[in-house]
Amino acid sequence: MSSANPDTPRPPAGRAGMKKELPERFRDYRHVWVFIELERGQVHPVSFELLGEGRKLADKLGVQLAGVVLGPPEEATQNAVAEAFAYGADLVYFIDAPLLADYRNEPFTKAMTDLVDTYKPEILLLGATTLGRDLAGSVATTLLTGLTADCTELDVDADGSLAATRPTFGGSLLCTIYTLNYRPQMATVRPRVMPMPQRADRGIGRVITHKLSLVEHEIVTKVLGFLPDSQSGTANLAYADVVVAGGLGLGGAENLQLVKSLARAIGAEFGCSRPLVQKGWMPADRQIGQTGKTIRPKLYIAAGISGAIQHRVGVEAADLIVAINTDPNAPIFDFAHLGIVTDAVRFLPALTEAFTRRLSPHSRDKLAS
Amino acid sequence: MHIVVSIKQVPDSAQIRVHPVTNTIMRQGVPTIINPYDLFALEEALRLRDAYGGEVTVLTMGPPMAEDSLRKALGYGADRAVLLTDRYFAGSDTLATSFALSQAIAKIGETFGPPDVVFTGKQTIDGDTAQVGPGIAKRLDLVQLTYVAKIASIDLAAREITVERRCEGGTQKLKSSLPCLITMLEGTNEMRRGSVEDALCAARSRIVKWSAAEAGIEDLTKCGLRGSPTVVKRVFAPTARSEKAAQIDTAEKTLRDLADELIVAIFTRQPALEPELAFEGA
Repeated sequence: MSSANPDTPRPPAGRAGMKKELPERFRDYRHVWVFIELERGQVHPVSFELLGEGRKLADKLGVQLAGVVLGPPEEATQNAVAEAFAYGADLVYFIDAPLLADYRNEPFTKAMTDLVDTYKPEILLLGATTLGRDLAGSVATTLLTGLTADCTELDVDADGSLAATRPTFGGSLLCTIYTLNYRPQMATVRPRVMPMPQRADRGIGRVITHKLSLVEHEIVTKVLGFLPDSQSGTANLAYADVVVAGGLGLGGAENLQLVKSLARAIGAEFGCSRPLVQKGWMPADRQIGQTGKTIRPKLYIAAGISGAIQHRVGVEAADLIVAINTDPNAPIFDFAHLGIVTDAVRFLPALTEAFTRRLSPHSRDKLAS
Repeated sequence: MHIVVSIKQVPDSAQIRVHPVTNTIMRQGVPTIINPYDLFALEEALRLRDAYGGEVTVLTMGPPMAEDSLRKALGYGADRAVLLTDRYFAGSDTLATSFALSQAIAKIGETFGPPDVVFTGKQTIDGDTAQVGPGIAKRLDLVQLTYVAKIASIDLAAREITVERRCEGGTQKLKSSLPCLITMLEGTNEMRRGSVEDALCAARSRIVKWSAAEAGIEDLTKCGLRGSPTVVKRVFAPTARSEKAAQIDTAEKTLRDLADELIVAIFTRQPALEPELAFEGA
């Protein structure tokens, strides 16, 4: 160790980073930006959710809300600009270039960091998708600024700092994180954590176009191909209106069939809690919770799930949570709206049957009579 | 080829408890494990070494006790272990962590040969940020390939790598160049059982221990709390919902009656569901 050197700074005793004075070079950083994630012609809904949240932050700060649209020179990219305005952006920073056709880290990082260096936002929000996380990490490191991942709540402090709250220790606690002396203050938010704002056709506002200062041969990574999930049967849990999920209370992998049957009968997506993925009973993209998907369905039926905090974080935005569990003291009954203390393995077939009866038009008439 | 795997020793989050009164984490007696996501990175690195020859160096930053995780990694068959440990690293956020690790990887390159691939897991189970891998890549100016599900091929002579990576809505096939940084997706392989020889070796191996200075870090202001732009201001427990779930009484009812009662309760509370469910089922 180099402790003998008197010039070596001492390790900080307390929170050395808490200094409040923002360095001069960051003082003209203004406005809230939302990265509009666009891949293969589609804007990811998380971008609209972030515009809704960004609107609130911008209004509190009395600044403008901007969307950042990066994409190939195509109609879909233009549409993304229009959609950013429809979901509340005051202006859009825009780069279109053939290099931005498929997501690659290098051109997107270059595009975003150039925009930040030129137009200086105070807050930059991205979706915590695979794309958003890949990009956010590179952008924050390039800009040497703070980045808070997977926030569940964003707010602006009395002094105008971004207060980013996120789960910590696997969801058992929350912590509020500040980026004090650096700009922009960056945060990612997972899909479905924030509500979807109202869409309003307001026409195109101010668009600030910028050029990408990069050419193809400077980019090391080449895209060879893409296999969409529609061909691999991957779940879209996050945006499903009805979700049925199973947990360890189902006893064995074979009983997951009961969850799938109910899901099929009512047109729902199915999922599971983390232990089932760890046991290899279900693929990871079906996992609901802190390290899986956040869901926000109108109806969530949890069968044999005890409701550990990690699971709770992922489902508590559901409108109606129905819990089926043999243990009356299971934590899931603390945040479910409706509970039945019974064995899900016996009850699920009866519930599937009852839904099927009710949902066929013929039986529905009978029930009504 | 030389492969560096950056791992983290984490508390087994399944066993963490929060103190009911003080709302603080009760760390006592919580076992530590290698971050489970890192094991997919380590196994992939071992497979590449077995296929192409070379060495795997495992790196971790942490307190002295993080040596346990390095010994485990040696037990799985890693060739060398480096522990980056110094009180100057305390309180590092992801930016400061990626700085320290990138400096250590550069030092590993100077000391044991430049790495062709740097691996990490896709994220840790305690921080869950998925930011350190991209941070290291940027600091070392390496191509970053995140959420990699499969390494399709490596051409050492041409310095080329082809991978399949998970992205929104599908899987992307990418060709890139070496050296690169890969964050490995979970469920992509299964960790091997270490051999008896490796286990014996692991117990006796010398672990390379570097302080900040020994890793070549000159600017300590980029480390620890001082090098961390983010500051945790408040830690608190989520607010508990005051009411418990309304219970449907199960006494003396057939499963069929119970199911019907639940459905009525669902539609009463959530009338908006009726057309949707009816439409799907019709």
